[in-house]
Amino acid sequence: MPRITVSVDGVTYEEEVEPRLLLVHLLRDRLGKTGTPVGCDTGNCGACTVTLDGRSAKSCSVLAVQADGSEVVTVEGLARDGRWHPMQEAFHAEHALQCGYCTPGMLMAAIDLLRDDPDPSEEAVRRGLEGNLCRCTGYTNIVRAVRRAAAEMSRAPHERMPGAAEDREAAAS
Amino acid sequence: MIPAPFDYVRPASVEDACRVLADAEAAGDEVKVLAGGQSLLPLLRLRLAYPSALVDLGRLPELRGVADRGDHVYIGALTTHDEVMRSGVVREHVPLVALATATVADPAVRHRGTFGGSMAHADPAGDLPAVALALDCVFVVRSSDGEREIPAAEFFVDYLEPALGPGEVLLGVRVPKLGSGWGFHYEKFHRTAQAWATVGVAVAVRRGDGGAIEEARIGLTNMGPTPVRARVAEAALRGVAPSPAGSNGSDPLREACAQADAGTSPPADLHARPDYRRHLARVLTRRAVGAALG
Ligand SMILES: Cc1cc2nc3c(=O)[nH]c(=O)nc-3n(C[C@H](O)[C@H](O)[C@H](O)COP(=O)(O)OP(=O)(O)OC[C@H]3O[C@@H](n4cnc5c(N)ncnc54)[C@H](O)[C@@H]3O)c2cc1C
Repeated sequence: MPRITVSVDGVTYEEEVEPRLLLVHLLRDRLGKTGTPVGCDTGNCGACTVTLDGRSAKSCSVLAVQADGSEVVTVEGLARDGRWHPMQEAFHAEHALQCGYCTPGMLMAAIDLLRDDPDPSEEAVRRGLEGNLCRCTGYTNIVRAVRRAAAEMSRAPHERMPGAAEDREAAAS
Repeated sequence: MIPAPFDYVRPASVEDACRVLADAEAAGDEVKVLAGGQSLLPLLRLRLAYPSALVDLGRLPELRGVADRGDHVYIGALTTHDEVMRSGVVREHVPLVALATATVADPAVRHRGTFGGSMAHADPAGDLPAVALALDCVFVVRSSDGEREIPAAEFFVDYLEPALGPGEVLLGVRVPKLGSGWGFHYEKFHRTAQAWATVGVAVAVRRGDGGAIEEARIGLTNMGPTPVRARVAEAALRGVAPSPAGSNGSDPLREACAQADAGTSPPADLHARPDYRRHLARVLTRRAVGAALG
């Protein structure tokens, strides 16, 4: 069986994996990171979105062996020193979740969006979250939350993006 | 669902990959190339495919990247959709590719899905095959027997069937630069965000000095088992001088584009019946030509 090394939420793991093991199952079943749910079989719903080497990816559509040598951040890696990430704060404040199933993926996709567009319009948020479905149809509050987080993060730019190279440099210094 | 078991091979070079594929072919094994996995992994999860092994091209940097090569832009097969969209060379010289790529899937899928994978998958509902056809791209392919080139017009053989032998790897695609005076547009109709095209229309048009259309190239998405050129409409558009809709309501562009569905055999599915797809092809072609003319 292939042996892989992968960093998840800042911790390095060495695992022997069957080639068919999906990244999301590595996270949930082997590493206990059940914060990342599986929502569908087709890569449509986005509930399982994580960042892989700094960019959003649907962890149900990545093999664990493909993530060998990579850095993964899940929703469980967002909080720092017991404080939520500003995106989590904003989702809380704007009531941007009902059942919560899509929330981990929404958070990861929203943070990825702000990396490219730190001040997205409503339209840009809707386009950026195109790959994440909310079956409670709570999109209005989700869009509001992302814009609130964007404003918050531009006021406090030290709040960091997960998995970015510059974060690693900052952490090292 | 969890995919059925398979072996995993990570070749060190393209030659290595070709050797693995040739050996598998000789042994009668069904081995599949893995690129971004955004089409293949869902197929495996739905158990619609049972390869004995996957050959992962994901770590071969020589297959990745965009290069300006004078009269054409070369896009390595493993270049992701996201990299294609961000490429200044693509945006400047082959903007139709950037426009269509921006409509593919969603950001997370575009971070992993590849330009070559979209071609090799040969899905007539995919947005990029119609663009390749409209621009007369050339596919560069290698096997253990050597390299060959396949023109776009011969690459898409049938539904999900590219002109790739079992031992062949797609290295990259040459996208011809059309030069100055061309306008481009990709018009995609879909019912929901992130969905595949019900119908899509890729258009490149060039006007002469007098303002009349001298050449039009039109590729249609999801209007048959393969992407197709709307040759009849292309011919009908030649010589048409786009004018503001006449006071008598005539629109010569619309008349020419009304033949966009000629020679197509659109599928029936949950989203549309063939006659509705024909209607869409005509209407969307008119819109796309209008937008491409600016
Ligand atoms: C939710 C979702 C929505 C999508 N929406 C769209 C959309 O709107 N429009 C659209 O066009 N696409 C869409 N896609 C598909 C996406 O564009 C895929 O990235 C693409 O079709 C396949 O690229 P890949 O690199 O992921 O290929 P893979 O999935 O790795 O491979 C696909 C096929 O091509 C073969 N292959 C791949 N690369 C090579 C190569 N270099 N040489 C030989 N064979 C090769 C593989 O063996 C396999 O058969 C969507 C996908 C998802 C999951």
